[in-house]
Amino acid sequence: MAERYSSFRPGGRRWLWQRITAAFLVIVLAFHFFLLHFVNHADEVSFAMSQARMTQWTYYSLMILFLVTATFHGVNGVYNALINQGLSGSRKTAVKWTLVLASLVLIVQGIRTANAWAGIQII
Amino acid sequence: MSQSYNRGLVEDFGRWREFSAGMWAWIFHKFTGWVLVGYLFTHIAVLSTALSGEILYTETIRALESLLIVRILEVGLLAVAVFHILNGLRLLLVDLGIGLEAQDKSFYASLVLTGAIVVASVPTFVAGVF
Repeated sequence: MAERYSSFRPGGRRWLWQRITAAFLVIVLAFHFFLLHFVNHADEVSFAMSQARMTQWTYYSLMILFLVTATFHGVNGVYNALINQGLSGSRKTAVKWTLVLASLVLIVQGIRTANAWAGIQII
Repeated sequence: MSQSYNRGLVEDFGRWREFSAGMWAWIFHKFTGWVLVGYLFTHIAVLSTALSGEILYTETIRALESLLIVRILEVGLLAVAVFHILNGLRLLLVDLGIGLEAQDKSFYASLVLTGAIVVASVPTFVAGVF
């Protein structure tokens, strides 16, 4: 049987979710680049143009899902890469919760920014 | 008995001269992943200027986009993202048992296609900066 070489524990949920989010991100990241560099151009960016996109609920929800999946995929990738480099014990626990906290801050800040464009006032 | 894929520790970078295509793909995927997650945090930080008002956001983005170095870094970001996407597709297929025997060729194809897409995108990415 072929030997396994992976950053992930065999059969683990982190591996599965890394792959599920990857399949989604492949399409949405390509769309994001295409829309914001080829359809719209970098030197034409304005608050009003971002606002026009974010006030469409389909675009808003896609971007929120993009933010959450990209954060999970990126941070989970970093966490597994560090485990692969030999991270273990209490340092592993500390890194894990630091990454969880950083992810939450990023997602909250991203949603607040999207809400500023969409005109949604929660807080 | 099927073939063994144990090639030793990839993280032992001192062995880089012995690395096979698949090991380079692994390292490039990790490197581009680190760059992309680092950029994600930077990206949200820059976009957060929208919280301080319409004028500040528009002026910040336009000031950044007027710098040639920012445009060059964006081309670099495109290269990193395109490789990560293409190699990621390669990994998804290999995980499903598709193309394992040609995984070295698909890595080379990812590199070539990344190069072609990036070169073709340069005019669009630097438009308006000169």
